[in-house]
Amino acid sequence: MITKRIIPCLDVKDGRVVKGVNFEGLGDVSSPIELARCYSESGADELVFYDITASVEKRTLFTDILRAVASEIFIPLTVGGGINTLDDFDRVLKCGADKVSVNSGALKNPSLIREAAEKYGNQCVVLSVDVKRVDGIFTVFAKGGRENTGLDALKWIKDGIASGAGEIVLNSIDTDGVKRGFDIDMLRAVCDFAEVPVIASGGAGCAEDFTALFREIPAVDAGLAASIFHFGEVKIPELKRKLAADGINVRI
Amino acid sequence: MIAIIDYGVGNLFSLASSFRAVGADICVTGNESDIKKCERIVLPGVGAFADAAAKLRQSGLDGVIKREVSSGKPLLGICLGMQLLFEKSYEYGCHEGLSLVPGEVRPIDSMITPGLKVPHIGWNALSFPKDRQKSRLFKYINEGDHVYFVHSYAGTGCEKSLTATAEYGAPLTAAVENGCVFGTQFHPEKSGRVGLDILRGFIEA
Repeated sequence: MITKRIIPCLDVKDGRVVKGVNFEGLGDVSSPIELARCYSESGADELVFYDITASVEKRTLFTDILRAVASEIFIPLTVGGGINTLDDFDRVLKCGADKVSVNSGALKNPSLIREAAEKYGNQCVVLSVDVKRVDGIFTVFAKGGRENTGLDALKWIKDGIASGAGEIVLNSIDTDGVKRGFDIDMLRAVCDFAEVPVIASGGAGCAEDFTALFREIPAVDAGLAASIFHFGEVKIPELKRKLAADGINVRI
Repeated sequence: MIAIIDYGVGNLFSLASSFRAVGADICVTGNESDIKKCERIVLPGVGAFADAAAKLRQSGLDGVIKREVSSGKPLLGICLGMQLLFEKSYEYGCHEGLSLVPGEVRPIDSMITPGLKVPHIGWNALSFPKDRQKSRLFKYINEGDHVYFVHSYAGTGCEKSLTATAEYGAPLTAAVENGCVFGTQFHPEKSGRVGLDILRGFIEA
């Protein structure tokens, strides 16, 4: 059967990885290429690159990096950040991305999901959603979690899948950064209807949180995290050995 | 030199990079004389079967591939490129393939346990058929090694050519071999170290 995936996420700004990085034996800790190589060798099942570069001019730097990563790291690569048009899809796919993640771009223009799915296939289109409870209702937030869109998250995700999103990254703003585990209730609500892979994001603080995630929601396909991997708080080889020992099917 | 056939289907960046990473000289081409000069051929592909098969026919590359294979040149089809090796596919209708491997391509939801997600996407372990010798493609890897899959259709009726399966509610066709023709449903170029070792196997096959 298919293994549960462990996915480190790298936020890249102006060509460098942001957020502190504490990797033993790593020369340049902010080099996306070195970090990607390190993760790939340590057993990451996939890598996500988010381009948080603000200026359009510096975007080229990101695609150069992507090309460098894709030419030497042979695991699936997902790219997100600043994806608003089919040209943006084209730009990153040509540089070696396998999947493209849309978030604000789809909120601004929901037809982007369908257009991209028709052109590149559903498997290529990842819908990333930042969700927070507002009066007990799962609500979609935009602009990195700063703006309440008022949209019902479960409906937004359902519509996204119907439009052709081949995978969902569900980032819980409520648990993000808290490091007390993934948002099980929110993930369960989405996994109840999603017929495409669901990637859990936000809240992982230790290896046990991943075991709890996969045990409590067998339908979840992957766990994504950033800082706990970057800071070395959770090391991927150890995490995978622990998951295997806990009876979770992982690629060692 | 390895010819990676460019017929306007899919992105060949990672595939080219992965062959370079295992020390192969590559030529990404849709040109008959280039393909003739190469010692090996790789047929990639993503997207829909009918569209890809039509592109191969329109460009005349279907005939080129068949002629080169009949002279004994090793061919590796990857993902949709492997499905194109079969006699026909039932993806949105019925469409003819290259008939280099006996069998046909059918939707996996007709083969697997209901309720499993389609496409079959992610890392899955390879099993080798017990009753035959390990494929030359897998010279450097072991049974149980994981490779990366993304597909909604799979080869069937190809028992004699089957060299690997992956369990997903049923043993799905993961790899085939028929003479000098090889196919992998999974993506070796996205399967980490194991994938590169499979490409090394092809280079030496």
